[in-house]
Amino acid sequence: MLFLKELVKTFTQPDGSVLPVLDIPEFRVAAGEQMVLVGRSGCGKTTLLHVIAGIGRPDSGKVRIDDWDITLMPEAECDRFRADRIGYVFQTFNLLAGFTALENVLLSMRFARGRPDRDRAKYLLDRVGMSHRMTHRPAQLSVGEKQRVAVARALANKPQLLLADEPTANVDAGHQQQILDLIHETCREENVALVLVTHSDEVAEQFPRVDHLDDFNRSAVGYVQKDEHDR
Amino acid sequence: MSLWKVAWRSIQQRFLVSTLTVVSMGLGVALVVAVLVVYGVVYQSFHRGGEGYDLIVGAKGGREQLVLNTVFYLSQPVGNIPYDFFEELTIGKFAADVETAIPVCMGHTYQGFRVVGTVPEMFSELKYRGDKSYEFAQGENFEAENHFDGVLGATAAAQTKLQIGETFQAVHGSGIGGRTHKQTFTVVGILAPTGTPVDRAVFVNMYGFHDIHHAESLISGEESEHHDGDDHHEHSDQIKEITAALVCIRQLPPGRTDVVARAINNGQAAQAVVPVRVIADLFEGVVGKLQWILLGMAVLTTAVAGIGIMVSIYNSMSDRRHEIAVMRALGASRITVMLIILMESILLALMGGALGLLLGHGAIWACSSLIAEWTGVVVGLLQFQTIELILVPGLILLAAAVGYLPALAAYRTDVSKSLITTP
Repeated sequence: MLFLKELVKTFTQPDGSVLPVLDIPEFRVAAGEQMVLVGRSGCGKTTLLHVIAGIGRPDSGKVRIDDWDITLMPEAECDRFRADRIGYVFQTFNLLAGFTALENVLLSMRFARGRPDRDRAKYLLDRVGMSHRMTHRPAQLSVGEKQRVAVARALANKPQLLLADEPTANVDAGHQQQILDLIHETCREENVALVLVTHSDEVAEQFPRVDHLDDFNRSAVGYVQKDEHDR
Repeated sequence: MSLWKVAWRSIQQRFLVSTLTVVSMGLGVALVVAVLVVYGVVYQSFHRGGEGYDLIVGAKGGREQLVLNTVFYLSQPVGNIPYDFFEELTIGKFAADVETAIPVCMGHTYQGFRVVGTVPEMFSELKYRGDKSYEFAQGENFEAENHFDGVLGATAAAQTKLQIGETFQAVHGSGIGGRTHKQTFTVVGILAPTGTPVDRAVFVNMYGFHDIHHAESLISGEESEHHDGDDHHEHSDQIKEITAALVCIRQLPPGRTDVVARAINNGQAAQAVVPVRVIADLFEGVVGKLQWILLGMAVLTTAVAGIGIMVSIYNSMSDRRHEIAVMRALGASRITVMLIILMESILLALMGGALGLLLGHGAIWACSSLIAEWTGVVVGLLQFQTIELILVPGLILLAAAVGYLPALAAYRTDVSKSLITTP
């Protein structure tokens, strides 16, 4: 479902030097698979999610989602592809302050190919336990409620891939498991592949597959080629 | 959810700044509207005056002065023309081309309003503003045989507070330090408002007008043997001069107005002017230029208000970069976010425009009674000038122009970088 091949991403630093961030020979996630990506701070986890989502372009390499190489798409087509097939849950929720919970979900649908489906938006908010807060604006919601709305928004367009960037990092301990269960269950129900970035071992251990970015990112400081390591 | 709604929500989100921006734009537009409406009022006020007849025939001299005096009751008469010449128009060599000729005599005032000596046909045969007939709000037209009857224009009646049956005495000259004539005139009619200078004048029987001095002589015992106030024919014989004649020309064959005017102007006795042309020249020469200066200033004010919109949105861009990045992450294209910013700019400008139209017309409407009193032009709340139609597309263009810079900033937003930056 998701296939990365020889993916390279660098950043140019203020002094003009080039900082290699990602150099990934290969990375795969199967359809409907749920996996966790862990790694130290600044190792490139968020950058990798951005590249997978098409928000940031790689310097080279392939990013194939369902046989579509998004690196070959013109930017506008890539934007539409992202709206149609990729859901994104941010660490800081990123709900739009001027819109109600329902409108935040509908807005996500607005950018996709189909017409905004009010019934599905309501269903998703109900599914995440927010049916009583649909007309509330983000400022009127608790932290846990905001992230639940963000999950509903990410699933609005029936994506095939959900990218979650530390979705529980800003949520209090009481709501962490609730959010996690929600992501787990809804992805399972809708057969959505999940790539979830986290620092938390507690979160990671709940998933059958946990990948360390440093293990397959050749740009990582501690990267050791596997065959050398084995020897 | 439409992009307009997204733009609208952004405006709501920044309520105070948006409101101030709209008010600033509204004031600019109100100024434009006020200038346009006032221009329209002045234009109508100028042009309506000379619309009821084709020619003014008066003494040789300045044609502008002749028009100002005869149409607008301003300035001093150029001079008089012999009554014999007037008869050339009615029964003489020009009679074949002349449909109607109305004599007017000036030189007296009453409470600052010009007293015009004329004949009843002024109101029964002449039209005003094209094809409108004069109507009387109270009373009726004066009769030719009643020499000391008169009728009042609507504004003159309202301001002098003269009623039907009451009498008044004309003052010689402009009324400032002028001698009050002892002869009284009786008000027999009050004209309905016409929106022309006629509203601001007092009309009396031409024979009575000329008899003022004779009547005074009668009272003082002079010339008592020669005058009898009730004898119309005797008085008509005594009219030697009039100030001017308002002339309607038969338009068959077409173009006779210029032929008659040329023929009169070639002679020594009088001049003939086409009032609408002189008025148009006067208007363009004096008011027209002023209007462009005022309009230029108003447009400049609106442009400054437009820049206000740009500054308002552009300043908000640093706060909104993250919001834009989120929309981009949700799948909005660069063009989409650019459109949202442009729509926001257009909405602000249109709201400012609507407020400006309301303020501009409201202010003019609030002053409408004063305007009507001064100019005779009645302005309604919903009386729009055709040129105001360009306001809406003009504002949209302005909004698109001033919204372009912030929209470009939205277009260029680095999504990845902005998302990593904590809002």
